[in-house]
Amino acid sequence: MATTKKVSAIKNTPKHLLGIQNLSVLEAKEILTEAKSFIKLNRGSSKKLDVLRGKTQINLFFEPSTRTQSSFDLAGKRLGADVMTMNMGNSALKKGETLIDTAMTLNAMHPDIIVIRHQDSGAPNLLSQKVNCTVINAGDGRREHPTQALLDALTIINRKGNIEGLKIAICGDILHSRVARSNIYLMNMLGAEVNVIAPKTLMPKGIDYLGVKSFTDMKKGLDGCDIVMMLRLQNERMQGSFLPSKREYYEFFGLTPEKLKFAKKDALLMHPGPMNRGVEIDTKLADDINVSLVKEQVELGVAVRMACLKLYCK
Amino acid sequence: MKEKILTNVRIIDPSQKMDEIGNIVIDEKGKIKSIGKKLGTSKSVEKIDLKGLVAIPGLVDMKAFVGEPGFEYKENFRTLSQAALAGGVTSIVTMPNTKPVIDNVSMVDFIIRRGRDKAKVNLFPCASITRQREGNQMTEFGLLKARGIIGFSDVNKTIQNSELMSRIMNYASDIDVLIMQHAEDYELAKNSCINQGEVATRLGLQGVSDIAEKIIIERDLSLLSEFPCRYHINQISSKNSLNVIKKNKSNGIKFSTGVSINNLSLNQNDIGEFRTFLKLSPPLRSEEDRLSLIEGIKNDLINVIVSDHIPEDEESKRLPFAQAATGSIGIETLLSLSLELYHNESLPLEKIIKCLTINPAKILKIDKGSLKEGSDADICIFDLEKPWVVKAEELKSKSKNTAIENRRLQGKVKMTLLQGEVAYSN
Repeated sequence: MATTKKVSAIKNTPKHLLGIQNLSVLEAKEILTEAKSFIKLNRGSSKKLDVLRGKTQINLFFEPSTRTQSSFDLAGKRLGADVMTMNMGNSALKKGETLIDTAMTLNAMHPDIIVIRHQDSGAPNLLSQKVNCTVINAGDGRREHPTQALLDALTIINRKGNIEGLKIAICGDILHSRVARSNIYLMNMLGAEVNVIAPKTLMPKGIDYLGVKSFTDMKKGLDGCDIVMMLRLQNERMQGSFLPSKREYYEFFGLTPEKLKFAKKDALLMHPGPMNRGVEIDTKLADDINVSLVKEQVELGVAVRMACLKLYCK
Repeated sequence: MKEKILTNVRIIDPSQKMDEIGNIVIDEKGKIKSIGKKLGTSKSVEKIDLKGLVAIPGLVDMKAFVGEPGFEYKENFRTLSQAALAGGVTSIVTMPNTKPVIDNVSMVDFIIRRGRDKAKVNLFPCASITRQREGNQMTEFGLLKARGIIGFSDVNKTIQNSELMSRIMNYASDIDVLIMQHAEDYELAKNSCINQGEVATRLGLQGVSDIAEKIIIERDLSLLSEFPCRYHINQISSKNSLNVIKKNKSNGIKFSTGVSINNLSLNQNDIGEFRTFLKLSPPLRSEEDRLSLIEGIKNDLINVIVSDHIPEDEESKRLPFAQAATGSIGIETLLSLSLELYHNESLPLEKIIKCLTINPAKILKIDKGSLKEGSDADICIFDLEKPWVVKAEELKSKSKNTAIENRRLQGKVKMTLLQGEVAYSN
């Protein structure tokens, strides 16, 4: 497998990380290998490196975020970069400034990396066409969230050794989920079989073309699965009524210890957070350290983001 | 003006079922004096030899937006007519979604005067169906028609209220006005910016199902059977809609339909990675839909091809896809892009020209789109084979948002005559 010291797949390709769709297998594996090396560092007492010393990283967040934002923040700092986080909220839009104008303003300050989260699908792509620095997508609309998928992959590899040959179920609000899309691409790329499970109203049309099997029944969808990824009901993206009630949703699609039994005995549970306890997941199950990888996902998130920053920053 | 004769030209005029090499004689008043093989020469005649070229009636574009008033920075009468003439279009139906909206008599007087002063093409203005295009109250059809309004359209808005739609049809039937509907159910299309399906799912964009279009067409055609009026569906985009149209036409319901050249030549995959110039309404749909639209033209289920010319400045397009403005320019490339359908053997040449000339003229009840003796000598002369590449900066529109940048086309306008005068040549 390629490492940065040998031949880097990433250094020879475009410098932005916009989505898993644009990634090759080599590139994905390179990020994961690099990330592995940071896990130990992050657990140690001295966490600071100087790989990105002198570099400027701007976190441009147009949507509220806790874990992704702090994760990128820490990752940059641990690599020695100067990190500035800007919570744009709607302030820029209210003043009438367009994304491009904001980008050009920031570009004039010569950042080396811009990490962007935006409510519109494709916003990082647009940004990447207009700035001179590296753009890393921290989630755009319902399109992609590449670092989340990469950290999920690292978490699985950390526990199961490998992704190839595993069966992975992604359950919940697939329609509005960028996490689902990025994971579908990445898990497929790494050789897993992917099932998606959702009520019909939350299942996007044409999802089968992405290389998954779709189910509306948890029992069938979870059958034989090694990993169960639960997704949050994205109420803030829902316009109009998609479901009769949260109660009914929990009854049929909420993950309970009973439903988890449909999957393999040693199946593990993942969730990108934040969780709606009692809506998509049983609260005890979420905290069960024998089953739930939720905390590990957050932990490894920092390592994955360090790897991305290091590999993509020029 | 001297009498003119165009010689050795291949004349294709579907209104006379004519496709032959011959001559066109234009009299001093700019009318067609004679057409065909016979050559009525006199000495004072100005002769233009057009060997190897094709002459057709000047195109009638049933849907174009001119920025005036209110959006002069996107397009104006002068730039629109330059673009039109360069594309062989001599008659344009202009849309009323200006600022202010063309929904009252004084606005009509303004644009007719303004168009007459600034534009070098025949303009046929539309007024809105409802005041402010809000879908609540119908405009003064009778008065507006008397002042020169050719038809009524809320452009990219749809009359959602079925009761109002039935009254519009009922009222319109009595005074013989043309109602042009944009078919889209608002609730089904809410927040959408692309066709529903694989591409929308990959791009993470809100898609709209073709049912949003079909449901309005079905409703309107049901109402139409009760209140027959001159009813036209501006732009059809899907196979599903065509099935409804087919069924209703075979039941004897009378109406006409159009399609945008974009929907005939592009599909949703062309959007690629968020190319906002291909954000259109109705959206580009699947290849299956595109092919069905071509079949629709073959079977006369679709009567008109329009450019759906919507100039937008760069600022309104250089945004994330969902926020970007909808529409692309196309009046200048309308003919060339249509000819692609001939060169790739999708459609016969005569059919394409019919949909660009006599068919829209008949629907609009205007004396255009034909080279019959006595009609205005509005003529488009083009080289059927000439290859060229579309370059946005070379197009004449004020806005450069073409959906077909860098497309290699075959067939280009050589000369455009307006009432016998050479209004464009290259």
